[in-house]
Amino acid sequence: MEKNKKNFKIVGKPIVRQDGVTKVTGKAKFAADYNFPNELQSVMLRIHSSHALIKSIDFSCIENDSNVAAIIDHRDIPGDKKVGVIKKDQPIFCSEKVVTPGDVIAMIVGKSERELIKIKDKIKIEYEDLPVLTDPSKSLETDAPLIHPEYKSNLIVHYPLRKGNVDSGFSNSEHILEQTYTTQNIEHAYIEPECVTAIPQIDNSIKIIGSIQNPHTTRRIVAAVLGISLSQVVIIQADLGGSFGGKDDTMNILSARAAVAAIKTGRPVKIKYSREDSILESYKRHPYVMHYKVGYNSSGKITTMKIDVTADGGAYASMSPFVTWRTVVQATGPYEIENVWTDVKAVYTNNPYTGAMRGFGSPQPIFAQESIMDEIAERLGMNPVEIREINALKQNSVTSTGQRLENHEVTLTKAMKTAIEKTGFVDKWNNYRNQSLDKSNFILSGEDLILSEDKFISRQDKLRRGIGLSISLRGCSLGAEGIDAAAALVAVQPDGSVYLLSGLAENGQGLRTTYSIVAAEILGIATDKIIYLEQDTSRIPDSGPTVASRATLMGGGAFRNASEIIQKRITNLLLNEWQLDKEAELIFEDSMIKHIASNKSIEFTEACSFASQRGINLSVVGWYKGPDVSWDEEIGQGSAYFTYVYGCHVAEVSVNINTGEIYINKITAVHDAGKIINILGAQGQVYGGSTQGAGYAVWEEIDKHNGFIREMNFDQYLIPTSKDIKSIDAIFIEGEDDYGAWGAKSLGEPTLELTAGAIANAVKNATGKRYFNLPLNLEEILLNRKLRPEDMKRGSE
Amino acid sequence: MKITFKLNGENVSIEVESYKRLIDMLREDFELTGTKEGCSIGECGACTVLMDGKAVNSCLVLAAQIDGAEILTIEGVNQGNNLSDLQRNFLTHGAVQCGFCTPGMILSSLALLNENPNPTVEEIEESIAGNLCRCTGYKQIIEAVKATAEMSNQKLRNQSA
Repeated sequence: MEKNKKNFKIVGKPIVRQDGVTKVTGKAKFAADYNFPNELQSVMLRIHSSHALIKSIDFSCIENDSNVAAIIDHRDIPGDKKVGVIKKDQPIFCSEKVVTPGDVIAMIVGKSERELIKIKDKIKIEYEDLPVLTDPSKSLETDAPLIHPEYKSNLIVHYPLRKGNVDSGFSNSEHILEQTYTTQNIEHAYIEPECVTAIPQIDNSIKIIGSIQNPHTTRRIVAAVLGISLSQVVIIQADLGGSFGGKDDTMNILSARAAVAAIKTGRPVKIKYSREDSILESYKRHPYVMHYKVGYNSSGKITTMKIDVTADGGAYASMSPFVTWRTVVQATGPYEIENVWTDVKAVYTNNPYTGAMRGFGSPQPIFAQESIMDEIAERLGMNPVEIREINALKQNSVTSTGQRLENHEVTLTKAMKTAIEKTGFVDKWNNYRNQSLDKSNFILSGEDLILSEDKFISRQDKLRRGIGLSISLRGCSLGAEGIDAAAALVAVQPDGSVYLLSGLAENGQGLRTTYSIVAAEILGIATDKIIYLEQDTSRIPDSGPTVASRATLMGGGAFRNASEIIQKRITNLLLNEWQLDKEAELIFEDSMIKHIASNKSIEFTEACSFASQRGINLSVVGWYKGPDVSWDEEIGQGSAYFTYVYGCHVAEVSVNINTGEIYINKITAVHDAGKIINILGAQGQVYGGSTQGAGYAVWEEIDKHNGFIREMNFDQYLIPTSKDIKSIDAIFIEGEDDYGAWGAKSLGEPTLELTAGAIANAVKNATGKRYFNLPLNLEEILLNRKLRPEDMKRGSE
Repeated sequence: MKITFKLNGENVSIEVESYKRLIDMLREDFELTGTKEGCSIGECGACTVLMDGKAVNSCLVLAAQIDGAEILTIEGVNQGNNLSDLQRNFLTHGAVQCGFCTPGMILSSLALLNENPNPTVEEIEESIAGNLCRCTGYKQIIEAVKATAEMSNQKLRNQSA
């Protein structure tokens, strides 16, 4: 079978979602839409502290309350009391200490949530507050309070990367620029809050239905907490109302709590979070403090980079070791640099914990590195395109981890060229930077915070326009993070209809549709012949988590594998029946199977029926394993990822220099995600990802005071609405690659990671002023400081 | 207290507690779980239903307040087994990803189209500004609503021709 088939019948066309009809009719069942007879509701017990020793808990006043079916705490856990993907530091229920305000000490279950909330406050908890650590830059100081004393340090992880010689690199550089950048905590803000129900089964196993991103991960955690085997835990994924990396650890823990309670009470137990519960307890995107020192020559060639990054991991390690690993691989950006010295550290604080979020350790350094690239260009009298053309990774370039980019088409400069031509970038950039700035009205400073009346008037001449770009490379899938393989079930029925299921789970992004297209393309059938089965961990092998923009690449590869095995079996049967040469090629298309030369053909449905009569098995579990990668922990060198994708965003903005308000006029997003499987879904990824990226750039921030979150709901936590981004242009260039299904690679995260860097550069182009701290909200633009939180570390001034 | 109202075209009456919210009555008593709860404070719009043709957040309306009113939920939008043009356009324009905001989006769009059959893009943006979506970036939703308006205008023109 040819490796990269060219004449696609369905691949690349706009295909309507598999689950679309149920979602537009209200029939789709999300986790909170499942109800079970006799089920119990739950409320969580927390204390108002970011760091405290628990002295005593007195449940006696509610123990006999008829509204309480059971009180569940750490004593009810038969297996692991603490969980975590790398460090098992996170308790299901806290027993000795509370280390962040979201921590849960116990859970009360009963018939009525309303009644449980009323009596919850009767429980008497004595605790002693401990010193609170909120500034990650102080986490490693010798007198810092230890968040988890058993580890004897607040260091979660440290990744060094050493390439070439930075000392001689800097001494031989004609110029050196040093800057510091900071980024903020943000919330995933999936519109569906967390919900899960655990249902005890008669054979002592447990069934769990919930808003779960990674069902097999949840199964592993629940089995460990209950001390039972994996096969005794069945996880069913309900339709998932958004995740963006966010329904992983939190859902594992909620599922474990529900399971413990279900076993104790013998009844189904539901945990349904309010938005406030969700924001309080779920993990966030890591705030970063990033120090960049760059050595470069007057020609524009960057020779040396020294980078120091501190990530606030918050109270638990969670995914910090993986998130920051991607940062160390990609911190120098998509540039070929001879001498690199990078240190990336994640540290504990009493802040809300941070973990996986779409982008995963890349949006932060892209904001920093793309800002400093523009600044270097400015100092050399170049434009943003020229400096990047000189330094960008090209075919056969060597990355900062020492990996030669040779096994796929490196399309970085092509992506940038496409974006700048489409937007007329260079002319606009030159025109906008020459706008005369009325500086007297711009940037209030000192204590003069009161605007005179006329300054509030939004007049057209107070709007400055700007254009900016950013570029990136992104390693596809898990890389050296872990084992990378996925399963796909394709079960062709005797009438030609087809069941599909993968161990990778639908998150709303459209994975079921993508997989249906891959199978339909190979089998030559229409996608409406395909039924996608319910996501059930007992029916399909663990395929690793649905993360790292790996579903199309890994799952696509697995579905191609399974479908081609079935295609081969049908082909062999027909060649034999038609008495054709064993090597003859059959065409599977338009629900027919044809041999052109002999003019023989059969309907796909008939062929399936025939195969069934002949005892041929047309149900196959396909498998796709990514090629091996390598990593040297000591020096941060190796083939970090087996392939990469490239992209460029151009942002066009207007800035009101009297109010500090940024208007996003247009985002032009050019991505090489390899082969596009479903153009409708791919465009949706770009529009959605760019919009989230704009939210990260301009509006969104979870700010903490002593570890307490201020923005507990959507009245204060502002995500982009339909009115906030005027226009988004999605452009795909399909670079050649052999991996996955016809070289279909990663798109979900690249669409988000680039936007903030492009907007920051556009704001500089508009205002003439460089900003070093996200988000670029009103006070950042107008006052050049954040009004809160007061203890926040800031970047260069 | 007992209330009587029209739900998705049918006359119904029910005994409700005075504190019960419209969303809870719809989801619990009528098992119409297409109406979603995202924030409970009227910010996200996932619980949008039509009350006498106007879009309301059903988390902010008490069940008792709808006595005598006409309520339309997502379950009442399709015409029998056929999808409405708006629903079909949501699908063909890729306006649905996770689908959690979709019922509210469709109802807010429907309220707009009922009132203004020929909306501008700005009017569409305004009408769904109270419905948060984290997946789509809104663009394909706006296109779906625009296409629906154009289809219905085309139908009107064909009728009058």
